[in-house]
Amino acid sequence: MKKIVIFFLVAAVLLSFASLTSCSKDAGTIKIGVAGAHSGDLASYGIPSIKAAELVVEDWNAKGGVLGKQIELVIEDDVCKPEVATNTAAKLVGEEVVAVIGHICSGATKAALGIYKDSNIITMSPSATNPPLTQSGDYPNFYRTIAPDDAQARLEVDFATQTLGIRKIAVLHDKGDYGKGLAEFAKAMIESDGVADIVLYEGITVGAVDYSAVINKIKNSGAEAIIFGGYHPEASKLIGQMKKKGMDTIFISDDGVKDDTFIKVAGEYAEGVYATGPTDTSTEPMTIAANKAHQDKYGEDPGAFFLNAYAATQAVLNAIEKAGSTDYDKMTKALQSEYVDTTLGRISFDKKGDAIGVGFSVFQVQNGAYVEIK
Amino acid sequence: MNSTYFIELFLGGLTRGSIYALIALGYTMVYGIIQLINFAHGEIYMIGAFTALIVSGALAFTGLAPIVIFLIAAVVAIVYSASYGVTMEKIAYKPLRTAPRLSALISAIGMSMFLQNYVLLAQTSDFQPFPELIPDLAFLKPIENIMNTTQFIILVTTAIVMVLFTLLIRYTKIGKAMRATAQDKIMAQLVGINVNKVIMFTFLIGSSTAAIGGILISSHVGQINFYIGFIAGIKAFVAAVLGGIGSIPGAVLGSFVLGLTESFGTGYISSDYEDVFAFAFLIIILIFRPSGLLGKSTKKKV
Repeated sequence: MKKIVIFFLVAAVLLSFASLTSCSKDAGTIKIGVAGAHSGDLASYGIPSIKAAELVVEDWNAKGGVLGKQIELVIEDDVCKPEVATNTAAKLVGEEVVAVIGHICSGATKAALGIYKDSNIITMSPSATNPPLTQSGDYPNFYRTIAPDDAQARLEVDFATQTLGIRKIAVLHDKGDYGKGLAEFAKAMIESDGVADIVLYEGITVGAVDYSAVINKIKNSGAEAIIFGGYHPEASKLIGQMKKKGMDTIFISDDGVKDDTFIKVAGEYAEGVYATGPTDTSTEPMTIAANKAHQDKYGEDPGAFFLNAYAATQAVLNAIEKAGSTDYDKMTKALQSEYVDTTLGRISFDKKGDAIGVGFSVFQVQNGAYVEIK
Repeated sequence: MNSTYFIELFLGGLTRGSIYALIALGYTMVYGIIQLINFAHGEIYMIGAFTALIVSGALAFTGLAPIVIFLIAAVVAIVYSASYGVTMEKIAYKPLRTAPRLSALISAIGMSMFLQNYVLLAQTSDFQPFPELIPDLAFLKPIENIMNTTQFIILVTTAIVMVLFTLLIRYTKIGKAMRATAQDKIMAQLVGINVNKVIMFTFLIGSSTAAIGGILISSHVGQINFYIGFIAGIKAFVAAVLGGIGSIPGAVLGSFVLGLTESFGTGYISSDYEDVFAFAFLIIILIFRPSGLLGKSTKKKV
């Protein structure tokens, strides 16, 4: 017991030295904070973002840094806990960072954001998907390189009403968390857009013997398209029975259906079905390079949100360079007006802070395979 | 609401009811004869569907006409399921015939879990596409949007099975023996009926009808997995109770009532509450007729 106490004391002393040295470093560096869950249960979500930030910064520093100064990372752990995150944020503010890559968890991010906002610090999360973080407008300093939870629903609704020009939509879900959540988002969006009408909103029973009653209902409702929130077993049953009934209602679904099992089970009936899924960037040269750099340095494949954090760091540094300064207003302007090539493709940010060009794409089953629709 | 919509919902409900009826028959017959709720019955339905899938998959390369493959697959599936049913009775229920009824019930639940996991391990946990082997009937083309071929086949097959059943129970020797065994097992033995054989026969035909149901509904929805028997089995059990467990016409009536309730409930109110309608209806019926629609109230002899 005594030994452990001594160990911690020594560790604490060493750590304080470490932070002292980092404080005393020359003021000629530009400091970027990296915050998130770096220990605890969710460390596996946070640590890849440190590695990503380090790789990007090494790259930039080798080329002479940004604005003629070297970049320095200040890494702080929030253990994914909102109550810790406020301290983490206060520490980073004290370190005078100009921007923060993080935090990882939505709850911790929200807690920390108020503090960054008061100090005018740009914060860019690679992983916080909670929709209100950007959509509420409460945090103008917040950006993210991941699509919010409702992005799929947004894309499905826009695709149906704008690309396909549909005016009568049936929204169905499987009563599960994922499917119903999506369906609720889609319903709210269709209602607030006011372009199309929801002619039917129904939950179906998973594993039911057949869906003929609900299919008759869809037919009777006069829906031109169905937006279905759920997984592929129900989707393939629905689409098969609809097609057998001679219905050609357009079927739009989500990530849970964008699965090869769906095509295998639904067979020829799968043809023409639309489903949204994460945009595939793994073939972009920059993505390949980033993954390879990680492989070379750490000898393993990168973890969760690595590419998102990589892109976030790239976007922040690019904004500083384009703004020609670390001034908050100038950086904000650069983030919202400049496009930047990242591991997630070519991205920019909208006024609310969500990344344009990141997230989901619409795919369609064509000749037995999902094909991305550009 | 228009009348086509009503007819569509009505036919959809009948189709569902037919499938429930094919499964419910097995439940109700077994209950009528040995007072056992055979929870593994839904699994026999699932095994029937899987056997048909495997056989038709193997025959797909022979170049036979789809309908021929379908019939061969159906026959094999029926034989296979029937032997499963009989074996199940021999292993899990016969040794417990004199044991308290609860023991046999637990044995049935165990059998159900065993068969589900057996298929899960021996086959796969994924959904499998079920081939479309029933060719579209030409005369149904004009009303395809109201009733398609598989629905039609389901309705017709169920009707035929029901008629054959009634004839079997009413006019054949084994039917008479079954009725006698159901009434009084000991007395039946005294008059020279081989009760064991009768029970075996009951499982045999109960399992065969379940297999028919499995094949038909799989052709209708086009996919199966190891778990389909559970939900179908529960619903069929509800149908059997609704109609009065132990009564064969009751099981059929209960199945159609359940199928139609679900279909109209979904169609005119909301599919969110599909199961709620089914079970709410069951409770209401049981409040007014505790032994089901056509069940006889048993009078205990003093």
